[in-house]
Amino acid sequence: MVAFYTALLSSMIVSNSVLAGYKGLCSYLGISKKSSSAFGMGVALTFVCFFSGLICWGLGFLLRELEIYDFMFTIVSILVISSLVQFTELVIKKFFPSLYKTLGIYLPLITTNCVVLGLALQVGAYTDASSFPEVLATVLGVPLGYFIVIMLFSCIQERLETSNTKYNFKGAAIGLVATAIMAIAVYGLGGVI
Amino acid sequence: MKNQVEKVQNTPENVAQPEKNVEKKGHDRKKVFLAGIIKDNPVLVMLLGLCPVIPATTSIINALMMFIAVLFVLVCSNLIISLIKGIVPKEIRIPVYIVIIASLVTVIDLLLQAYAPDVSNSLGVFIPLITVNCIILGRAEAFASKNSVLDSLLDALGMSIGFGLACLVIAIFREFLGTGGFTLTNPFNSDQSVSWLPLKDLALPVMVQGIGGFLTFGIIVGLFAWITKSKVPGKNSDTTLKSQYSTLKEIEACRKEGKETK
Repeated sequence: MVAFYTALLSSMIVSNSVLAGYKGLCSYLGISKKSSSAFGMGVALTFVCFFSGLICWGLGFLLRELEIYDFMFTIVSILVISSLVQFTELVIKKFFPSLYKTLGIYLPLITTNCVVLGLALQVGAYTDASSFPEVLATVLGVPLGYFIVIMLFSCIQERLETSNTKYNFKGAAIGLVATAIMAIAVYGLGGVI
Repeated sequence: MKNQVEKVQNTPENVAQPEKNVEKKGHDRKKVFLAGIIKDNPVLVMLLGLCPVIPATTSIINALMMFIAVLFVLVCSNLIISLIKGIVPKEIRIPVYIVIIASLVTVIDLLLQAYAPDVSNSLGVFIPLITVNCIILGRAEAFASKNSVLDSLLDALGMSIGFGLACLVIAIFREFLGTGGFTLTNPFNSDQSVSWLPLKDLALPVMVQGIGGFLTFGIIVGLFAWITKSKVPGKNSDTTLKSQYSTLKEIEACRKEGKETK
């Protein structure tokens, strides 16, 4: 249980996928103009990450058994992710139309989000079946970490929009500088866990 | 009913877009090539494919190797996709493109692991992550699936050179500030290396880490917008200017709304 919480906290905050792992920056800068869209993206990403992570962890064992892991894992995991996204989109569209209205536009973007494939590749590298608690913590922690950071950043962006920034630095440029300051906070927690 | 109306409205636009492209590109191939370098620079203007930018710009060699990997994948994927554009059914085109890109990425990943293990180690997971790089799927979807083979090749070359130059500029600043000079190591044989470290005692190691990466990247994006706006008049800075104008308009609208509610 201690291992679970340690892995959860470390993947959520200390080795945060955006600020310490530099993944998912495109959607991080693109979606975070409004906190409502950041929230939608976070929920959709958490859902897809959780299931694709677990599926890819299982498939890692299967591919190793067949001895094609080295050259097939990237292809298999991206296929799993894109079909899972498509499947989720269909299910939500059919059974939860109101949810589809809010999350629908973010789902296709998740296929090309580095966080999801990065998580799948990270989880697929576990060779031991007893690592399940750690894997479970990782597949929960990584998207939740992304969620926290994109929510915080969207609040910062909303303030930056109305603040008096130098003309050319408006938008992404000042956002990246703000990200650097956020990264200092995460970097400071480096030795804790 | 609504859906049908939307579809009808959408189709003329969809048909019109490729024609526009052909017209634009037809009379000037040079424009296609140069667009990716300055006007539509994927990293500094369109802000696409940012995942590899921060980890790959810790040193000049890493930036160069990432550029080579992206060049290989983008040129091959644009070539293949523009060749098969007539055969692939529209509904499953994205999975088909992704599988093609993923196979190309696996090729370059295994090649780097075999011949340049140091670079492969330092770039780590970011080589397989080229699969989901927005530049590559974006160019496949927006350009290669609508244009001829030669145009797609030129577009791929221009886009990847734009990506490489942006990475190189960021890497030069980060490496100089972070290590106090430059170190060039032969990526295929790590024993051969040349280093020039005049400011070694004044080095700021934080610049080589993520924090410095975000900071340098942000400042260079801002400076690039400033340079393209002042030096290249008119069309070349359209993209940045448009986005800036739209944000400014939004802010004005927000302020007006705020005043009204008060």
